[in-house]
Amino acid sequence: MQFPAALRRAQSSAINLTAPPIARSVAGIALALVSFGAFLLVIGRNPLSAYATLFTNTLASPSGLSEVAVFMIPFVLTGLAAAVPARVGLINVGGEGQLYLGAWAATGIALFSGIGTPWLMLPLMVLAGFAGGAAWAGIAILLRRWRNVNEVICTLLLNFVAILFVNIFVFGPWKNTGGYGYPYTADFSPAAILPALGDFRLHWGLVLPLLGVVVCYVVINHTRWGYNMRAVGGNVEAARRRGIGVGKYLLLAMLAGGGLAGIAGMSEVAGIQHHLRPGISSEFGYLGFLASWLAGHNPLALLGTAFLLAAIFVAGDLLQISAGLPSAAIFILIGLVLFMVLGLKSRGRAQP
Amino acid sequence: MVSLTDLGELASAAASPVWRRVAGAPAVAEPAETLLGLGTPSSDVPMLSLRGITKRFPGVVANDGIDLDVFGGKVHAILGENGAGKSTLMKIIYGFYRPDAGSISMDGQPVVIHSPADSRRLGIGMVFQSFSLVPALTVTENVALFLPQQGAVLNRPWLERRVREVSARYGLDLNPRARVADLSMGERQKVELIKLILANARVLILDEPTSVLAPHEVDGLFSVFTELKRDGYAILFITHKMREVLASADQVTVLRRGKAAGTAEGGALTAQQLVALMLGIDAPKEVRNTARVKPRPQTAALEFNRVSTGSADDPRSLKEVSFQMMPGEILGIAGVSGNGQQELGETLLGLRSRRQGSVHLFGHDIGRWPLHRILGSGVAYIPEDALGMAVVPQMRVTENLVLGDIGRYNGGLWLDWRAIQTRLGQSLEGFPLPLARAEARADELSGGNLQRLVLARELTRGASVVVAYYPARGLDLVAAEKTRQLLMDCRSRGASVLLVSEDLDELMALSDRLMVMYQGKVAGLFYPENVTLQEVGLLMTGHHA
Amino acid sequence: MNIFWLVLGGAFTGAVGPGVSVLYATYGEVITERAGRINLGIEGSMLMGACFGFLTAVETGNVVVAILAGGLAGSLLSGIHAYLVVFRDTNQLATGLAVTLFGAGVTAYAGRSFVGSSIEGLNPVAIPLFSNLPVVGRALFQQDLLAYAAYALGPLLWAFLHYTKWGLSLRAVGESTNVAFAAGRNPARWQVAAIMAGGLLAGLGGAQLSLALTHSWTEGMTAGRGFIAVALVIFGMWSPLRAMIGALLFGGAIGLQLQLQSIGAPISPFILDMFPYIITLAVLTVWTGAALRAMPEGLKGVLKGTV
Repeated sequence: MQFPAALRRAQSSAINLTAPPIARSVAGIALALVSFGAFLLVIGRNPLSAYATLFTNTLASPSGLSEVAVFMIPFVLTGLAAAVPARVGLINVGGEGQLYLGAWAATGIALFSGIGTPWLMLPLMVLAGFAGGAAWAGIAILLRRWRNVNEVICTLLLNFVAILFVNIFVFGPWKNTGGYGYPYTADFSPAAILPALGDFRLHWGLVLPLLGVVVCYVVINHTRWGYNMRAVGGNVEAARRRGIGVGKYLLLAMLAGGGLAGIAGMSEVAGIQHHLRPGISSEFGYLGFLASWLAGHNPLALLGTAFLLAAIFVAGDLLQISAGLPSAAIFILIGLVLFMVLGLKSRGRAQP
Repeated sequence: MVSLTDLGELASAAASPVWRRVAGAPAVAEPAETLLGLGTPSSDVPMLSLRGITKRFPGVVANDGIDLDVFGGKVHAILGENGAGKSTLMKIIYGFYRPDAGSISMDGQPVVIHSPADSRRLGIGMVFQSFSLVPALTVTENVALFLPQQGAVLNRPWLERRVREVSARYGLDLNPRARVADLSMGERQKVELIKLILANARVLILDEPTSVLAPHEVDGLFSVFTELKRDGYAILFITHKMREVLASADQVTVLRRGKAAGTAEGGALTAQQLVALMLGIDAPKEVRNTARVKPRPQTAALEFNRVSTGSADDPRSLKEVSFQMMPGEILGIAGVSGNGQQELGETLLGLRSRRQGSVHLFGHDIGRWPLHRILGSGVAYIPEDALGMAVVPQMRVTENLVLGDIGRYNGGLWLDWRAIQTRLGQSLEGFPLPLARAEARADELSGGNLQRLVLARELTRGASVVVAYYPARGLDLVAAEKTRQLLMDCRSRGASVLLVSEDLDELMALSDRLMVMYQGKVAGLFYPENVTLQEVGLLMTGHHA
Repeated sequence: MNIFWLVLGGAFTGAVGPGVSVLYATYGEVITERAGRINLGIEGSMLMGACFGFLTAVETGNVVVAILAGGLAGSLLSGIHAYLVVFRDTNQLATGLAVTLFGAGVTAYAGRSFVGSSIEGLNPVAIPLFSNLPVVGRALFQQDLLAYAAYALGPLLWAFLHYTKWGLSLRAVGESTNVAFAAGRNPARWQVAAIMAGGLLAGLGGAQLSLALTHSWTEGMTAGRGFIAVALVIFGMWSPLRAMIGALLFGGAIGLQLQLQSIGAPISPFILDMFPYIITLAVLTVWTGAALRAMPEGLKGVLKGTV
């Protein structure tokens, strides 16, 4: 039974744009900036000069652009961690925890393998990061397959466990004895550090998300695996009845997703922190998930949405310094952008 | 016909509020007799009257100047093929669509219907093919949901008593506390009727009500019609089955391509005349299996050996099911939907685990085979729900045609869609049904197009065992006969066909043997020529023939 | 052996207090999900309730006003979720997370100068006679007023869902918006109301957290309690009564953690901190199979996904 016209009438809304999605996204960002500007005005800051400062210090300066690229690395990788499982119909909200586990595993290699050459050390750390993230995501997919536990809730709760898990080590056995009491591990040896790219904080870890996007895009759109994944995600009942190995694809997609988030953790410790400590990620996993959603889980579009969120994130750091806001306040602006873009992007169909 | 000027008085008489009291909160319990029924029907003023109803959609005129009079105490059948405009007309009456032209009156008074709420207020009730019931709620709660006015607190005892009263009066026999999810389709239909009666409907519209019923349940429904007529309800009933029109209708209107091809008193027309009116041509030649084979002793194509699944008290789980299907045989499965038919196919594919018993394909025990091996050894499977179980909605037609078979059309890991398209074209050559264009997305296709897509995929692979659920569902008469011919072709090249259908005529026409299922058990296995429709119908509902 | 019983008894005694905030959020999510929507933003609503409840208490010194402010703040935040998912048809999970991030940002900003402030807050009121009962007395009847209200709210919500016409409408909307619409209900309006009521309850839960449990405000102090509530709704099979058992289990996990800490058990404090999450997951793992059958039909598209 369908009530299309009538339902739509009942739920029609004030906004009904006919513009193409990209234009509506831009409109959304603009609207968010205006709202946040109003907020700045209310708290007694000049929004125009704030925005001008932000622009010149992010997109219009080499150091700013470098910072944006630095944040794009984890956003894209954790975005892929959501995008790949989404292809088979799984929702991975556990990028945050998988990132921590990847960082933990890569740190283990960096501290204890004793390898002296970066050419062996760094690939091993990437593999370890992948394995750590994949293992963490594996818990969720196994509980799903074995006991039908919903993967959204499972991955969400595991994020909190992962952060505590890392704390056990950095406050405990891995704590640097010469670190003035800070809960940090010892600094990595030079072989375990991703070399800088250019004059600022940007490092060679940038290759990882770019490679990840290309591989994911090609596999999903041009190979038999990707075709079967899309079949599983589009209609699992049909895929099953046509003999496609549903369980195998669910498992592999989730492990691959978790692994990609794990690589993000590796990149953070090897490229930025050079040791492991609590709080290496400030909600990167969630922001990656949202970037992927804004991109419709399309790996290429993810580059765009991750860039956008990264730019706002960097701007947030500047606001913290220049306008004296607490760092978490940037989530007000990010929230506004997400609301406006999510809201304007969808056509406001009646019901799912 | 009464002229418009006379209608005022008559209308107020007909609208005398006997029926209005039906569902209001009662101050005192009144005897059932006075609470129910509409009083004496006034038979010469139509309760519902349509004049010149026209509705256009982009590219089609769905309804073209249709006139229709429905009288209290009468059953009026609307007969027509798929796409003749029946559903559009019903949706106009019920307020989903607004007509582009034409007028509607009730009891002679012109009325405007903008929404289902309007039509309900006027006393029009509709039973949809897919019921508007909430399965998770009880019968009582479903009824309460549709009551026009009620207090803040649900008066469950009162509601339950009302359901029992109406059930008793019209022979509906329902437990008010049962969850709708646990009811059979026939029982759900009864809940719909109770709902409408208690919500003060006077004109009851039923959309293909018999499609979910076994033959003797159809007779039961018609006797409920008789009771409802006695109490003055007008019944408008949509169907495409001649037999039902002849059995129940006082009046019949035949729709063809959006126009009323004719209206007549029931019994005035023969079945042949009705078909001619409905199709505008002579009926397509019905495909019949005229050379029925008796199985010879050889290796069965498919054998179920005392197979049981699920829990013993679930009517859908199989219970010690045994049968053999021979090469070159069509084995028809008759049964009311939800009696183990779906489990039969899913057990064959290994989607459902067996508690006991074994399944053999050409003599091999396939119990531990992975699904792709079962399909690879020549099993084709046409599921009951094309959109839900057979196609990927977001994928294009081409992508869906090679679903699960991509290795046959594309050797390596890298996909070359142009080459796939070419090879697909070759393997579809000679397929008699028209297919949607290759670039269309499956979720944009009509039901008929979807079903043809699935048929094309499954019947062009040279399968040796074909499992077909309702293969002609959603197809027009001509395509349906072509589909039946396709199944006969499979049979004549030596494949065996397991045909699951709710259409007993189809089963009787095609099957070499007929197996009846009831509550997951084999209720009977016959040669069709040895049984009557009535006997099969009784077995389908748990009676012994 | 003695220690074992001591710890377990202590865990039970300490279970109700920490469980109450989660119980409110679970009630809220039960209502939201019974209307066929899921709101991961209740984590944010709890933060809003905790923050603005605390702020109001500091500024006015009036606990009742503070509680109301907390509920209102939670409800307003969930209003954003309601508008986006119901009228703009955005993805519910993504929107919920965005709402939570937004709530975290707003509260971090608004509460920044109140970190370290202290208040009188909401203190336990012993119920005469009952509070003297062994074990149960201290566990159940020496609580704050919001805890007592939470005891009553479970049965009341249950009765609302099953014995009023509004409860029937809400459940019908959650099972099938089409049928509910055919029955003359406006599904959009019901869902917005349910989501905002859910946010209100989550806000009250947050207020209980800062006003009664910790008597303080810190950034991100809910630490995933809203997400735990979403898990407990599944464990609770969408029933407010079973939600009470779920919240008690969660509270018990925290109680156990505190007991083990206080007797100086040789376990890393971070492992103890994992207890609430791991016990919630364990409970979900054991119970999900049976629970899913009770899931409102309208949630299946979001929650069940594949498999």
